[in-house]
Amino acid sequence: MPDQAQLLPGTLDLLILRAVSLGPLHGYGILLRIGQISGNALLVEQGALYPGLFRLVRQGVLKASWGTSENNRRAKFYELTAAGRKRLRVETDNWNRLANAIGAALAAQPEEV
Amino acid sequence: MNLLLFLRSVAEKLFHSSRIADDTEEELRAHVQLRADDLERSGLGRAEAERRARIEFGGYERFKQESYEALGGNFLETFLQDARYSVRVLRKSPGFTIAAVLTLALAIGANAVVFGVMNAFILHPRYVPQAESLYGLQHGSDNGFQSYPDYLDLRDRNHSFDGLAAVTFALAGLDMGNNPSAGWLNETSGNYFDVLHIRPYLGRVYHSSDEHGPNSAPYIVLTYAYWHSHLHDDRGVVGRVVQVNKHPFTVLGVTPPAFHGTLLFFYPDFFVPIVNHEQVDPGYDLNTRGIRWIFEVVGHLKPGVTPAQATADLNTIGAYLKKTYPKDEGNVTFTLARPSLYGDYLGRPVRAFLAGLMLLAGLILLAACANLGSLFAARAADRGREVALRLALGSSRRRILRGLFTEAVLISLVGGGVGLLGSVVLLRGLSAWQPFHQWPMIHMPVNPDASVYSIALLLALASGFLFGVVPVRQVLRTNPYEVVKAGSSGGVGRRITVRDLLLVAQIAICAVLVTSSMVALRGLVRSLHGNYGFDLRNTMVASTDLSMAGYSGDKVPAMQRRMLDAVQTIPGVQAAGLADYVPLTGGSNESIVFTDKTTDLRPSNATANALMYNISPGYFRAAGTALLSGRAFTWHDDKSSPRVAVVNGEFAREVFGSATNAVGGYYKMRDGTRVQVVGIAEDGKYMSLTEDPWPAMFLPILQSPSSSTVLVIRSSRDPQQLAVAIRRTLHELDAGLPVDIQTRYQGFDVILFGPRMATIALGIMGLMGAMLSITGIFGMAAYSVSKRLREIGIRIALGAQRKEVLQAALGRAFKLLAVGSAAGLVLGLLATRVLAHIVYEATPRDPLVLAGVVLVMLLLGLLATWIPAQRALSVDPLALLREE
Repeated sequence: MPDQAQLLPGTLDLLILRAVSLGPLHGYGILLRIGQISGNALLVEQGALYPGLFRLVRQGVLKASWGTSENNRRAKFYELTAAGRKRLRVETDNWNRLANAIGAALAAQPEEV
Repeated sequence: MNLLLFLRSVAEKLFHSSRIADDTEEELRAHVQLRADDLERSGLGRAEAERRARIEFGGYERFKQESYEALGGNFLETFLQDARYSVRVLRKSPGFTIAAVLTLALAIGANAVVFGVMNAFILHPRYVPQAESLYGLQHGSDNGFQSYPDYLDLRDRNHSFDGLAAVTFALAGLDMGNNPSAGWLNETSGNYFDVLHIRPYLGRVYHSSDEHGPNSAPYIVLTYAYWHSHLHDDRGVVGRVVQVNKHPFTVLGVTPPAFHGTLLFFYPDFFVPIVNHEQVDPGYDLNTRGIRWIFEVVGHLKPGVTPAQATADLNTIGAYLKKTYPKDEGNVTFTLARPSLYGDYLGRPVRAFLAGLMLLAGLILLAACANLGSLFAARAADRGREVALRLALGSSRRRILRGLFTEAVLISLVGGGVGLLGSVVLLRGLSAWQPFHQWPMIHMPVNPDASVYSIALLLALASGFLFGVVPVRQVLRTNPYEVVKAGSSGGVGRRITVRDLLLVAQIAICAVLVTSSMVALRGLVRSLHGNYGFDLRNTMVASTDLSMAGYSGDKVPAMQRRMLDAVQTIPGVQAAGLADYVPLTGGSNESIVFTDKTTDLRPSNATANALMYNISPGYFRAAGTALLSGRAFTWHDDKSSPRVAVVNGEFAREVFGSATNAVGGYYKMRDGTRVQVVGIAEDGKYMSLTEDPWPAMFLPILQSPSSSTVLVIRSSRDPQQLAVAIRRTLHELDAGLPVDIQTRYQGFDVILFGPRMATIALGIMGLMGAMLSITGIFGMAAYSVSKRLREIGIRIALGAQRKEVLQAALGRAFKLLAVGSAAGLVLGLLATRVLAHIVYEATPRDPLVLAGVVLVMLLLGLLATWIPAQRALSVDPLALLREE
């Protein structure tokens, strides 16, 4: 898949939280959801998802439970906890501020300086 | 992360680790299956879909491991895992493991012992409550002797101390009712226990209010140790009247177990008020201001008073004393120091000595770490392929390093544990050790405490990390593809590296120590067979002081005569004589003498400072001292006849110019008495074996009486039986006279203490040096063999003989060993000049020593290169070349 952007370090957590915030998902589902909401523009190495997921569970922002997938396979489903929702809010704000600032900086014209 | 979550994750991991692993496995597999389902739906066959899904997933094992680690709480688990693995790996190379553990055990043990002694002597001496504010007075940085009147002025006129107490030492006969024995005691001022905050363990102690002038307080307070060992914890002892030097004293009580006075290494048997000094230790007068015989004055500073303020305060008193008593006092200035080691007098050399030892021990540990580091580097190089494989299979470098570190820490913990165990045994032994047979009250309380244990553990861990860190760079630089492809080799450095120099230095130092300890040992052995102006063999010495049994005045010589006559009747006794002191036992008197022509008897006009021995007739024969000319004494050389002396050759040369014209000549004593020389005795050793010749004079004991009595008895009978016979004979004469009986050799303990300690210290350091050299050479040889394994294989394949193989593998190690040993031997022989000051007849010109050193260094080399040499010789070129 060409034209896919490498993830910036630390942004995978944010993407996972966002994906899960739309409803409980299993790991593969999260991957698909990220592809869907980002317009397939981001490259996420499949296996790399799991250490991230487990870390978030340990931090108490996600909780996991076993369930059955749409095509009848046993899978672990993740959903946000209260702490997770708060974290998503804060991280989103942070990201927007950062993106705006970087954008502004890159758009600056010579005469404005 | 909050603590609760953390603990939960640790607990989960601990108790449900297999379930978690299964869970993770299942989840990841589900992912692959779900992806395969999707791929299948897009038209691929099931098998192809699953293959593709696995590829897309990426490093399956790696992500599994990372996920598992991301769950947290696996610190303990990975550690245990690593530890199990390390133990397995270490057990596969026992030579390496034993060498490393022993090295570390010795290095850590050395540090723990030195630290233990330092802790007990300097850092936290626990001998009195609130030791931080306790100070002793001293003159400048010299001793702290005071006279009693001066002490009273200091006590009453200072504003800085919560009371000042005086303390001095004496030997007295103590008769508790059954068998009288000589005991060391502290004479103290009445306020002593109150000043030191010591409460009685049993009964009561004495106070200032008990003192009402000379001999007014006939009380004794026993130490716990004496009460425990001599009275078997008899609580009824309080109030009993006992005899001290035949004077009645009342036992008041017992001091607490931990208390034994203010001097760390001195354990008195009991305490007596100093106002009763005349009864306890007749000699110096309590009220003379000019004679300073009180050992030390101590006290706690008042809260808020600094040592500097107190010193100024004391010096004001000093100035007052000088003004008021110009006849008795010179410049009186004071400094303060800790009384535990008698201020700076012993404290400074002891501190310097211990600091030096600590530094040395630290260096040994560092060198040990460097050597272990190169051993570990050799192992890491050996395992380069394993490391590369693990890296290639997706193991993280961190995990591999953690494994190596775990090995290092395991070794350091085991080594540290063994070292600590050894040091505890050694320190306990040191604490119980009484170095001098005739001075049982001297020993060193250096029992290890918690701080020793923790320091040892800390050092062990720190050194584990220190040598564990050496191979880190090697692992970090490992490129798995290169190593797997090409095998671990790489250029062999030919240039001299820092590591080589370090090794040569270690070997050289080791050789120096081995050389000097052998020289010392040979000297020590020789010194038991030397000629010191008397015959060491077949001689018993019975020492006592007649004042301990209440003898004084004319009763003293009469009793001495009876003692001599009595021991001469013992069967097997060939000769007997007595003296107030005998040479080379640590006690003596000395006095300045003048030529007969000198009239102005000022000390600066003295012609010699001579040792003075007061002896009975028959002493020379009993001692085995040869008379070169003239006559010995008879019982007619008494108070009513002219003063005579026998002098040694050195005395004759210094005072009379030559030995020949001394007999019949006169000289003058300090007080102007004319003394005629009637005989010349052979020169001897008097104070130490390594001293320069001393002038010595022997005077008839009837003309200069002394209550100090040392019987010298010559007999070829078995010493044990003889000692029993002597004791029985003297006991029949006076059952109340405590006597110490030992052979002349045993009496030598004091004289040989220094040389023995030097020899032991050198031996121990030599052992350390040998251990360092062995691990150093072992590490370097092992490294060079494993680096050149392929080259060795090729050489063997091309038909190289064992000799050539060994030369290729170990030539460098042996070259370093030879250079280091040669340098060390030369330096060691030079160093024996210094040693000659401590050990009698320490001479480097001794073929046995030279051969011994060469042999020891060779053995070291063989021992250290044995394992690497075996490995080099057992290289199977076929297997090796196939593998590469």
